[in-house]
Amino acid sequence: MNRRAVQWLGALAALLIALPALAGSYLLSLATLILFFAYTGQAWNVMMGFAGQLSLGHALYVGVGAYAAAALFVHFGIGPWAGLWLALALCALLGAAIGFLAFRFGISGVYFALLTIAFAEFTRIGFEHFDWVGASGGLFLKVAQREHTDLVNLRGSPAMFYYVMLALTAAAFGFCAWLARSRAGYYWLAIRENEEAAQALGIHTFRYKMLAVLVSSAMTAPAGVFFAFYYNNLFPEQIFNISRSIEIILGPIIGGLGTLFGPILGAAVLTVLADGLTELVAAVGWEVPGVKQVFYGVVLLGVVMFLPQGIWPALARRLGIGASGGR
Amino acid sequence: MALLEVRAIAKSFRGLKAVGGVSFAVAPGRIAALIGPNGAGKTTCFNMIAGALAPDAGEVRFAGARIDRLRPDQICAAGIGRTFQLVKPFAALSVLDNVIVGALNRTRRSAEARARALEVLEQLGLAGRRDQPAATLTLADRKRLEVARALATGPKLLLLDEVMAGLRPTEVDQLVAVFRRINGETGLTILLIEHVMRAVMALAREIHVLHHGELIASGAPEEIVRHPAVLACYLGAGPP
Repeated sequence: MNRRAVQWLGALAALLIALPALAGSYLLSLATLILFFAYTGQAWNVMMGFAGQLSLGHALYVGVGAYAAAALFVHFGIGPWAGLWLALALCALLGAAIGFLAFRFGISGVYFALLTIAFAEFTRIGFEHFDWVGASGGLFLKVAQREHTDLVNLRGSPAMFYYVMLALTAAAFGFCAWLARSRAGYYWLAIRENEEAAQALGIHTFRYKMLAVLVSSAMTAPAGVFFAFYYNNLFPEQIFNISRSIEIILGPIIGGLGTLFGPILGAAVLTVLADGLTELVAAVGWEVPGVKQVFYGVVLLGVVMFLPQGIWPALARRLGIGASGGR
Repeated sequence: MALLEVRAIAKSFRGLKAVGGVSFAVAPGRIAALIGPNGAGKTTCFNMIAGALAPDAGEVRFAGARIDRLRPDQICAAGIGRTFQLVKPFAALSVLDNVIVGALNRTRRSAEARARALEVLEQLGLAGRRDQPAATLTLADRKRLEVARALATGPKLLLLDEVMAGLRPTEVDQLVAVFRRINGETGLTILLIEHVMRAVMALAREIHVLHHGELIASGAPEEIVRHPAVLACYLGAGPP
């Protein structure tokens, strides 16, 4: 990374840290949402962007992570930091199950993606009948005093949630930057590009594909825990929904698959766009059902057509950060 | 003792015999060639040695140990590097990153792998293209990249599958010089499949000729070019 890139990163970090002092509550919730999608996008990107394994069911890990921590909290009063470990373990286990089934039996490409959808859908249906966590009626966490910051139980002001999500996103970014330069990072790219050649160069492809799924699924778990304690209510129909999985993957795709900044940039662009459109539609008075989705779709289409590599690689060239900083 | 020993390996595809009981050996430090007309079973033999295909019968020994039931990555780790006839570059990655992937076979540390990769790129004359995506290389350079990646894995035996095909004569001579130098300096054993006889004659000290999945001749280049069975399969049967 060159000096230019470090300066940009420094300015961005300063802005993000100062944001709660500058922004109103609406802007802060928007920023928190962006960070949430930046984080989950980063986790998904490890599987697809790095290792080339398409998951269309990442809502599974958000949902299981959320339910695991929330159920422990609601039923046993166990705090989210302890619940996080259960969430991590369950998500890694599910990831391992999907990875093993797929890679052991040679399921790849579209069929692998279908398998990930199937797991998410089965889990959704299962949770809709799982009475201990409220089944389809939902699971609710007691909303606490929002002025009092209780980091141990993850109860507090929107600014606290914002900082928690910011710390998670920053950690995920650092972790992925480290991964990309590690042996596993190189091996994932090799597998993504050509599995047969990768194997001939000494890569145990099964092991490294499993590793990608494990890292990605476990990484998604904390986002679920956050989701549970931020929104305080969980419904299987919502959290496991395939549209959730799609929301997670749009950011990295629009931002730049396999890049480190892509998931963050993509999440920002899409969240601001979706929200801005809602405002715009309301302001202009075109409250025709579906008009927002049409606009949204047109913008996505534009990005995919004119920037097929995503926004970040093009932007990195403009900023003079170059190819190495772009990865 | 031979470094590579192939004993009566056979492979059929849906009843169609591709290779039927081929045996040969390559001594350490040698450069040997496997030649034969199209469809003779040369690449199938390579794939069985490199672990991409399991032989139906026979065995492959490398440095004394059987390797014919190992996976390709285990065979690479054991010390056999290979190239693919149809080149398989990691297209979106830079030339340097392609070779780093190979070099990571011998070290965990990216910095060390990078240094090793740069050496190999220098050897093959690709250093000037190291930051280019592999997708932008010409066919000749892609062939060199295949060789660079395989060399970077630090093999004791290098399997080259038609790396000269499609190259201009001067490029062939350059690559021949590279292999000669590496073989002379490091004692790397090389087994090559090749149609470009200019390269075969310049490199190989022994030649094995395959035809219809059978080995029809083995020997020094001078013997092979006069061998009646070889002449018959390449030029058709001569006058009685």
